[in-house]
Amino acid sequence: MTEAGSEGREGAAEGTALGPSRRRMLGFGGASLLVGAAAGVGLDRVASAEEDRSAGGAIAFHGAHQAGIATPVQDRLHFAAFDVTTGDRAKLVRMLQEWTAAAAAMTAGRSVGHGAVGGPAVAPPDDTGEAVGLPPSRLTLTIGFGPTLFEKDGKDRFGLKARRPQALVDLPHFPGDNLDPDRGGGDIAVQACADDPQVAVHAIRNLARIGFGVVAVRWSQLGFGKTSSTTPEAQTPRNLFGFKDGTENIPGTDAALLGRHVWAAAGDGSDWMAGGSYMVARRIRMHIETWDRTSLREQEEIFGRDKGEGAPAGARKERDKIVLARMRPDAHVRLAHPDSNGGSKILRRGYSFTDGSDGLGRLEAGLFFIAFQRDPRTGFIRIQQSLAADAMNEYVQHVGSGIYACPPGVQEGGFWGETLFK
Amino acid sequence: MRPVPVLAIAGVAAVSMSLLSACGGDDGKAEAADAVAVTATDDSCEVAKKDLPAGKTTFKVANKGSKVNEFEVLKPDGKILSERENIGPGTTVDFVVNLPAGAYKLLCSAGQTGKGPTQDITVSGQANGVGDQRLTKAAADYKSYVITSLDDTIAKTRLFVDAVKKNDVEKAKELYAPSRVGWESIEPVAEKFGDIDPKVDAREADLSPAEKKDWSGWHLLEKALWKDGSVKGKEKYGDRLLEDLGVLKGRLPGLTLDPVNDMAAGAKELLDEVATGKVTGEEEAFSHTDLVDFKANVDGAKKVYELLKPVVQEKDAQLAKDLDDNFAAVEALLKKYEKGDGYVSYDTVGKSDRKKLADAVNALGEPLSKLAGVVAK
Repeated sequence: MTEAGSEGREGAAEGTALGPSRRRMLGFGGASLLVGAAAGVGLDRVASAEEDRSAGGAIAFHGAHQAGIATPVQDRLHFAAFDVTTGDRAKLVRMLQEWTAAAAAMTAGRSVGHGAVGGPAVAPPDDTGEAVGLPPSRLTLTIGFGPTLFEKDGKDRFGLKARRPQALVDLPHFPGDNLDPDRGGGDIAVQACADDPQVAVHAIRNLARIGFGVVAVRWSQLGFGKTSSTTPEAQTPRNLFGFKDGTENIPGTDAALLGRHVWAAAGDGSDWMAGGSYMVARRIRMHIETWDRTSLREQEEIFGRDKGEGAPAGARKERDKIVLARMRPDAHVRLAHPDSNGGSKILRRGYSFTDGSDGLGRLEAGLFFIAFQRDPRTGFIRIQQSLAADAMNEYVQHVGSGIYACPPGVQEGGFWGETLFK
Repeated sequence: MRPVPVLAIAGVAAVSMSLLSACGGDDGKAEAADAVAVTATDDSCEVAKKDLPAGKTTFKVANKGSKVNEFEVLKPDGKILSERENIGPGTTVDFVVNLPAGAYKLLCSAGQTGKGPTQDITVSGQANGVGDQRLTKAAADYKSYVITSLDDTIAKTRLFVDAVKKNDVEKAKELYAPSRVGWESIEPVAEKFGDIDPKVDAREADLSPAEKKDWSGWHLLEKALWKDGSVKGKEKYGDRLLEDLGVLKGRLPGLTLDPVNDMAAGAKELLDEVATGKVTGEEEAFSHTDLVDFKANVDGAKKVYELLKPVVQEKDAQLAKDLDDNFAAVEALLKKYEKGDGYVSYDTVGKSDRKKLADAVNALGEPLSKLAGVVAK
């Protein structure tokens, strides 16, 4: 009784303080009441900035770079990786041309072909129809080519072997990987991002349908709740561990940083990739239940930031200067930081996912990590190797994996992968 | 609906345009030139030409009203010959209909109430068109195929039932799958007779508890043979199966088969059968002879395609090529599983091989779904 009463009083006392005061009790000493107050003000301003952008606008499909890389991150993801099932190069090119036409239409908010209705009654409609009436929802479709498109089981199926970029390496095995072959690889990947999940699903579904006979879906993933922002003015979103993730991400508006770390250049060794980028996708299962049983102090120390504000260890605000030495040597943020990786930076566009429960009653959930970089060897691989010592590894496991070369943007009249196939 | 579904294409490069039309769903640019313009408003229905030649006619229906409109061609007796619904305000659709000589009424129904202003038109002359004759012949040939296939099933089922009656389990197991081949290759036609299909081909898993007591047919015997290891006491189900198939046979002479709705759409249904029932191994839950049914479904679909192929080739050569390629791919894949006169047990086919079969079925099913639209052009 006494204990219960004491706890109750403590709770009541907290309730009168500013918001999540348990953080102040257990977290890093540097955090203070003032931080909480500042956060409240900041959130309002940021939220309205987000709303302005969230209208159902269309994002231009054509351009020097593919949309969906430096584009402000949308709310939802449908990622799909395909195997090419034909050995006929002409068929593959024809499909890529059909895909491009469909992608240009869908990202503009239009239906595929003749639409979902209005065609002959005895034929199935060209468009599956579930996006009819919905705004473009900032849909972007981004294509990438996996190593197996260039060579599979020792076979050069499409005469592309010599054109495989050196940067498109096979990802090495990372410590702790538990990769499911059914959730990895693929000859072609398409990242569909939109503010409305139905719009993203519609896009992948139509592409899969157009592709039947040429490609077959190998694996796919739905994502929600973007876990990183490419717009620094926006509020940094939280991942399923409850932490702000991606504060230090490369802003999609910083041309100099994008040029240095994200866009491949002709001089990098593969002409056809100039203006493109390399995508690494990882399905990272998060052990939600054990994380939730971890003390706040431990959570914050593992992450290297405080949970409420997102301030780096020993600092007060999210964007305060990071002092790595103040973090545990195995803190996630410390190990992932450019200063721990020879200056390496990647552009992250991850999404949370949950696919219900796993049969053991555990949330089948985690982070669908997507990173774009100029060279995965100095980008994702370098950073992931340094994360071998990450204290967070106890709570995460990489279960799916893919790497893809995303060609440059499509010009009017061109098609996805034109620079590769021409 | 989303705006500009048709005009949208114009913005796309020329190369994509031709590709998209190759995908089907195109009402046909050729007809567009001779199309008969119909202008519908909320209270009027104007047709540009009132005397039309018999044969295929394309009405170009423009809805200039404010309500969603419906366009109907009414026969002299007032019944609907053909209709086109959901014509949105401000949109124009091409609507193709085959008109024999006679007097018709065109009806525009704003708000889709089935009522509205009409126009009288007169259709005269002989329906021309080599295409029509080819399709008529295809339909006649298909009917022969249906009859032959049913005869084959009945003959083989007779042998199967003999073994069942002798409780010769091994023999009956051997004869079970072959007895179904003819049936599986014409299933959509057989399903037109809604009363026979459940009697001969229902699976226990699909029945409600109340329906279960009336369960009969192949799958009842399948379960007895493979699960119980005995068909003792099941003799009457053998007799009933033959009886039901006999009833179906008696009805075939009076059957008219339509190239679009029965043949082409039926071929697509056959592939659907494969995609939903066979690839998953649900159809033959006890005997695992799914691949035999699979092949029969594909053969039945291919028969339809071959009969319609001259017309398909002329109207959409790319579709014909896709179908040729994809039928060949499915057949090549199936060949890997041949064993003796039949196929390996489906429970020996692993997950990744089933995925390959499913991919091949999807690859064939998608272009096959366009067959009806192309034949109807």
